This record gives sequence, structure tokens and C-alpha cells, in this order.
Amino acid sequence: MAQIFHRSANSIARLSIIGVVVIVSVLLWAGLEMQRSPYATYQDVAQAQPVPFSHQHHAAGDGIDCRYCHTSVESSSFAGIPPTKTCMNCHSQIWTNAPMLEPVRESFRTGQSLIWTRVDDLPDFVYFDHSIHVNKGVGCFSCHGQVDKMPLMYAANSLQMEWCLNCHRAPEKFLRPRDQVFNMSYQQPSSDNPVKLDDGSVFTDQIALGNELKHRYHIRTVQDITSCSTCHR
Amino acid sequence: MQQGPEEKTILQDVPWPDEPPVMAPGQSFGSVTDTIADAVLQRPIGLGWLLGLFIGMTLIGLLMMAVTYLFLVGVGIWGIEIPVAWGFAIINFVWWIGIGHAGTLISAILLLLKQTWRNSINRFAEAMTLFAVACAGMFPLLHMGRPWLAYWMFPYPSSMGVWPQFRSPLVWDVFAVSTYATISAVFWYVGLVPDLATMREKATHPAGKKLYGLLAMGWRGSARHWKNYEALYILLAGIATPLVLSVHTVVSFDFAVAIMPGWHTTIFPPYFVAGAIYSGFAMVLVLAIPIRHFYHLEGMITMRHLQNSAKIMLATGLIVAYGYAFEAFIAFYSGSTYERFMMQNRWFGQYSMFYWMLILFNILIPQVLWFPKIRANVRWLFSISLVILVGMWLERFVIIVTSLSRDYLPSSWGHYTPTRWDYAVLAGTIGFFATAMFIFIRIMPSISIFEMRALLPEAEVKAK
Repeated sequence: MAQIFHRSANSIARLSIIGVVVIVSVLLWAGLEMQRSPYATYQDVAQAQPVPFSHQHHAAGDGIDCRYCHTSVESSSFAGIPPTKTCMNCHSQIWTNAPMLEPVRESFRTGQSLIWTRVDDLPDFVYFDHSIHVNKGVGCFSCHGQVDKMPLMYAANSLQMEWCLNCHRAPEKFLRPRDQVFNMSYQQPSSDNPVKLDDGSVFTDQIALGNELKHRYHIRTVQDITSCSTCHR
Repeated sequence: MQQGPEEKTILQDVPWPDEPPVMAPGQSFGSVTDTIADAVLQRPIGLGWLLGLFIGMTLIGLLMMAVTYLFLVGVGIWGIEIPVAWGFAIINFVWWIGIGHAGTLISAILLLLKQTWRNSINRFAEAMTLFAVACAGMFPLLHMGRPWLAYWMFPYPSSMGVWPQFRSPLVWDVFAVSTYATISAVFWYVGLVPDLATMREKATHPAGKKLYGLLAMGWRGSARHWKNYEALYILLAGIATPLVLSVHTVVSFDFAVAIMPGWHTTIFPPYFVAGAIYSGFAMVLVLAIPIRHFYHLEGMITMRHLQNSAKIMLATGLIVAYGYAFEAFIAFYSGSTYERFMMQNRWFGQYSMFYWMLILFNILIPQVLWFPKIRANVRWLFSISLVILVGMWLERFVIIVTSLSRDYLPSSWGHYTPTRWDYAVLAGTIGFFATAMFIFIRIMPSISIFEMRALLPEAEVKAK
């Protein structure tokens, strides 16, 4: 009787065993990579905006404080997007004819708000409050990155839950004195760069500083701030 | 199944003179192979089979419709509502997964115990297990509300930075059921390999030869093949054996670990396992009786098999009865107001009708199996098996709905009424199960050919 399969079927069959393992592993690996990739998170992807606003120019170049525009960051869940009037405080005087700023002037004339594209966008099922973070010594930098070096705004972090928990599980690694929250050039303490608090105590180690601040700022236990309902209310 | 030289062939192994044999006399290697293989390869497609398939597929259509609507709108189309948030989905899940257990018991435990009479029913019982687990597996997914996120149940390095709650029995369930499905599938397939080679040889159509040949994975039936095969088969049986007990134990933990009155009892694991095997054997009989009739396999699935299954049902049914009795006893013995109320509520509350139906279907009616005449009557066995299947479904209904609808706080009491979509999904899975069985018996040997041949006197090793 003739053979049903060619001799090569044996090799193919053996290869297929390895093949299945390889293909399944590659697919799983690709899935895991994909979920954290900028493709899914938009991390490091600059968004198109109605006006190519540069934080680098305004914050680092002109030295404008974050709170000049994001006025409600210390007292509200929402940091605040400035009204066009805030732009016009300066731009009614300088660069008054720059074509790039025409949408700003138009907005001012017509009263129609500029529609910015949100860069750091948390899902709607997450409760987030800027004021509590800012008042407990979490620097702008910790979440938004080196904003003063961003010509166009992009999300510096993935904003995925594992990233949030990174800090909520060990806040001492990130806390800084309250008066340094808006300082973009703040360095964590080291032996070369000690950090001095108001009462004169000096720290050369971030963990020691972080634990002290946790205590002073009455930051709740890790169990409390990693409880599901802290963020998912 | 290997027959050592010191063992008698099963054909002579008739404990009492009037006990029916495991295989009708007059069979040979050739006739066994032909009878089983021809049911697939030679027998033309009959009208009855087509009608059955049509009904099954119609019900699958209903399932698709119900599931599509469910995905579009959400679980609100079902009758579930706080406080009864589990409803039909979990009732059906437990019911289906229980049915699967008989297949594993037959194929693994009875193999290890050298109960060679199992050889003619293990193949389709294992298929039954697979399809029942598939039906069971649908319900937790559908009940989830967002089934496309079902992979969240598995522990994988997710970007959420949290693991599933390993202290929850619902997570144990994921592992228990997925392990069970995997082992059942592997065991079933490994058991099929020598028969697939037989089918490859007997198939006349080139496509059939190729298909069976591919699935037989180059089986030649050499002595070395058989030596490795026997070792693997026993090993798999060893792995599958604890699953018979563990899977439904874990399913019972879904209830027993919770603190609802009527759920929080230590008797749940053994009584769930017994109930699972009880309903499983009922399903085996519901399948075996028509299969042996329509495919003329009375010589292989003999009255001995049906009677043995009936005896197992009787035994496991009594364990279940013991479970019911002790639930009631402990409810009063415990002195807990809530447990007592739960029991009174089961007896006289708004769902008491279902409790008494359950007692009737699961405990009282099956007692007629004590009579040998009933056990020898195919029609009686078939009807009692159907009654038991309904009874076991009612058991889960009573456990879930009476406890949830009347928990500790009277202010949170409620009522549960299933909607038409609840019934549609249940009917749909029955259709899925039936369709899968109909297709299975037409494309695979529904009785294990090589294990049946091992029962023949020809297979006996002659020591010189």
C-alpha cells in the first residue's frame, strides 16, 4: 500500500512541536510588549495642538511658575487649563502679530476656548486629585517628567496602574519637601547634594528623607493608599 | 487495557449466572473493529441523525443570538439582580461541570481499578466530559459582563501591577476548570491515537485517510509504541484521578468559603463531588442508551454497563441524600438563627416548590433503582436518568437562589425571576452539547476499538 504521507512529514511533525511552543511564546511576548508600548499608552508621543505651545520656552526660558497657568493645582483635583486671557496677559504685548499665535487671538476675539488635546489622560474610572499629591510632597516632575525640556508636550509616563502603584507602594522613594514640588531642577538628596528642611535637618539619603516626610505630611499607610477604593471609588 | 497472563479475560468474568456479560459472545478482533469503525466510515448519514443535528444547531443559533444580545446590552438582560447576582449562569456552570465528572471517573479511576467493563463506555464518556466542560466554561465568561477581558482571570505580568486575588475560590476555579479541560482533552486524544490509526487504515476516501493519518501521528502499533503508550496512558490516568475529586471540591468552595447561610458548610465538597458523579452517570446513560440502540452496539454496551452505571447512581444518590439530610440537621443543631431560617425558608419559603421537587427527583424517584427489574429496563433507566439530571439542576438552583434571596438582612431580601434570555442560554448550551455529540459519533470511533479488542479471548497472553 502506498504511503499516505511523504517522508518529510516526520520532520515536519517534529518541527511543529517546537513551532507551536515558539509561536505561542512569541505571541504572548508580543502581547505583553504591546500592552506597555507607546502604541497602547501614548507615552513619549507628542500630541498635535491648536497652537504648538512650548513648555520648554515658557517654563525654562521665561521662568514662569507652573501655577501661573495651572492655577487650581494646589486646591483642586484638576490642575486647570488657563483661559485665553492668561495667554493674552503677555501676548497682547509681545509677538502680537506672530502668525503662529493667530488661534490664540481668534479665541480671545470670539470668546471660543482653545481646544487643547489632553496629553496625560487617566481613564474615567480612576479618581485622581492633583491637590492631595502636590500638598503631600509629590513633585510635578514625578508624574509629568522634565516638562521644562519639552518643546511639545508629551506624556512622560505610561499612566498605567502598575506605574501608579510604583509610588503608592513605596512613596518614600519619591517624596520631596513641599517647597520643592514645583522646582523642575530639584535633585534627590545624595552625599554631594544634601537636602535641607525648614527646621534645619539635613538629609543625604532619599529613603530617610522620604520616611521623614511621610511622617511629617501625615501620609497614610501603604495599605490605605493601595486600597482599591482609594482610586476606584 | 493490558491483560496480564494471570488475569482471566473479562468475557468469562460473570460474577452471577444471570449477570449480563461485558461483551456479547461471538465477537472477534475483526468484528469488533468493523462494528465500531463502520458506524463512522460505512454507515450512510441517516435522517434521524440529520434531524438531531438540525435541532442542536438551531439551539446553537439561539445561543448565538442570546450571547450577541448579551454582549451588546450586558448582563441586565438576565434575571440577575442584587441580592441574587449569580442566578442561572452559575447554576448552569455547576450543573455542566458536574456532568463532566463521570467521564473522568470512568476513564481514569475505573482504569486504575482495572474495571475493564469501562472499556466500551469510556470514549464517549470522555467526549461528554469535554463538551460538558466547554458548556460549563461559557457561563463564568458570559456572567462576567465584559468577557473580552476574561484573560484578566489568569495571573500574568499585567500593566495593572496587581495579581488576581489568590485567596478567592473564584480564582481557584479558574485553575481547577482549565486544568480539568486540558487534562480531559489530552487524555481523550491520547486514548484515540491507536484507534485513529485503525481509522486511517480502514478509511477509503483519500481525504479521510489524510485526516485520520494526521491525527494518528504516525502510529504503527509496534511493540515499542505500545510499551510507551501503556505507560503514558496509566500516567495520565494517575494525573486525572485527583481531578475527579478536586474540581468539584473547588467549585463547592465558591459557596462554602462564602458566609451565606446554607453555603458555609464543610459537607459541601464531598456532597458536591458525589452529586457531580451522580448527574454525570445520568448523562452517560442518557447518551449510551440511544447510541447503543441506533448504532446497534448492544453487543458492546451491554446491560451490564447500564446496570453498573445505575448502581453507581444509586450509591452516589444516597451520598447526596445524606448531604441533604445533614444540611438540615446541622442547620438546627448549630443553633444559628440564620441557618435555621435558611432551612425553614427552603422548606416553606417562596422557592419551597423547587426544594420538594428536588427531593422527589434526586432522592425519592431514583430509589426504584434498587429493583433489578428496573435496572434491566432501558426505558426506565433512560427516564430516571433524565429525572436525575433535572433534579441535580434544581439542587444548584435551590442552593444559589434560596440563600441569596434571603440573607442576613431582611432589608436586602429580594426575588429572582429568570428571563427568556436565561432560558435561551441554557437551551443553547444543551444544543451545543448535543451538536458536538452528534458530530463526534459520526467522525470518531465512539467506542474504544483497541480496548475492546483487549477484552477478547484472542488477546489473552498464552503462557507456555
